[in-house]
Amino acid sequence: MKPVRAIVTVLLIAAVPVLAAEIPQSERRSGFSFMGPDTQAMQNDDTANPGILWVLDGEALWKSKAGAAGKACADCHGDARTSMKGVAARYPAFDKALGHPVDLEQRINNCRTTHQQATPLPYESRELLALTAFLAQQSRGMSIMPERDPQLEPFIAKGRELFLQRQGQLNLACANCHDDNWDKRLAGSAITQGHPTGYPLYRLEWQSLGSLQRRLRACISGIRAQPYAFGAPELVELELYLMWRARGMPAETPAVRP
Amino acid sequence: MPLARSAMLIAAAMLVMSVLVVPSRADEQGLRPYVVVGDAIPQSLTGMPGDAARGRALVLDRTSTCILCHSGPLPETQFQGDLAPSLTGAGSRWSEGQLRLRLVDASRLNPATIMPSYYRIEGLARVGPAWRGKPILSAEQIEDLVAYLASLRE
Ligand code: HEC
Ligand code: HEC
Repeated sequence: MKPVRAIVTVLLIAAVPVLAAEIPQSERRSGFSFMGPDTQAMQNDDTANPGILWVLDGEALWKSKAGAAGKACADCHGDARTSMKGVAARYPAFDKALGHPVDLEQRINNCRTTHQQATPLPYESRELLALTAFLAQQSRGMSIMPERDPQLEPFIAKGRELFLQRQGQLNLACANCHDDNWDKRLAGSAITQGHPTGYPLYRLEWQSLGSLQRRLRACISGIRAQPYAFGAPELVELELYLMWRARGMPAETPAVRP
Repeated sequence: MPLARSAMLIAAAMLVMSVLVVPSRADEQGLRPYVVVGDAIPQSLTGMPGDAARGRALVLDRTSTCILCHSGPLPETQFQGDLAPSLTGAGSRWSEGQLRLRLVDASRLNPATIMPSYYRIEGLARVGPAWRGKPILSAEQIEDLVAYLASLRE
């Protein structure tokens, strides 16, 4: 290496803030493992898990005709138990027509507008949460695994950059809590590793099912930063990076969290 | 020590001090100006001493965010964080001036710290509209906290 370039390299390395290492794969833990036994029991028992109510609603919506095309999801996809098995575990996925990744909610709305000729369902609406929960439940227990699509790579990298970026009045990055301090408590709450394994999930604090984007917006407002709008590319990139970070972990939808 | 050598030492010390005395650009941003000397801000931001009782109430109030990360001698709440050292005994470990700089801008002492800078508005990204252009705490609140923390002696 030429001396000048060596000096530049050294300076570059010195300028990079000290970043904690990513959590080794073998040490990753779902938010589930941080919960008390009562909340764990609630997630594990379908008769006690409130998320199942949304799953049942979603199953009904899957079979009901909608939009000008007068078609139900089931008219194209048949029995979700087979056709949708494992689908949620590899989302967000690259959409060739759009040229960027879309998450499961966006995929559902694409089908609504193009195939059912219906209006898109608003984010966090009961219907969209129900359909998403029903689809995601078909991957319950399967390994999370975003597709190995080279076109996804720049978007995973963008998501990682967002995860490491300090932001907001409190000047914190996602990684400051979820990579570096997941074994600690923020006031009374366990911080956890921030894995997206159970979404949409029932949060006791929300008294409702909520999407992963809702959770991300809550963490972003928590550090007093400007939350991205629902559906913003940055939120999908964060979702994608989180799914890649959680690759190999079992999907839990509908999970329960405190 | 021979006179010449001690004079040289004093000169060297003054040189170091003059390098370390850093006037802030705080006043250009609508914040009270302050001067950092070494690892401290010796002068009160308001020119007045703070109120320790108000400082204690502020630490307990979640909006100050202290209790999210720190614990302290605050028996009335069990919800205390453990991301940071306990505040118990802070007044024995640090002078008022040192405590003031740690609250105003802890990142001057440790660029990698997770402790927010409570009296700084530049160098932040994507601050939400409700908080933009404002420090997390006012100069008065910083002084109340300094008075409270300085009273935590062991
Ligand atoms: C100051 C600490 C802090 C920061 C910074 C932070 N979070 Fe969180 N996060 C939490 C806490 C506390 C929870 C609630 C505990 C839980 O359910 O995991 C949480 C929950 C989560 C969850 C849900 C995990 C689950 O099991 O359901 C995800 C995903 C997440 N955060 C991602 C992020 C992302 C992405 C960012 C940055 C945009 C971020 N967090 C910034 C503290 C933080
Ligand atoms: C997001 C986490 C976080 C928040 C919020 C926070 N701190 Fe800190 N604080 C730290 C950490 C970590 C340290 C350890 C030194 C360092 O990393 O700079 C520290 C150090 C300190 C120290 C020096 C402690 C010692 O004895 O060494 C004091 C005093 C202090 N903080 C007071 C406060 C007060 C008062 C507030 C609220 C106005 C506050 N902190 C908010 C993380 C935080």
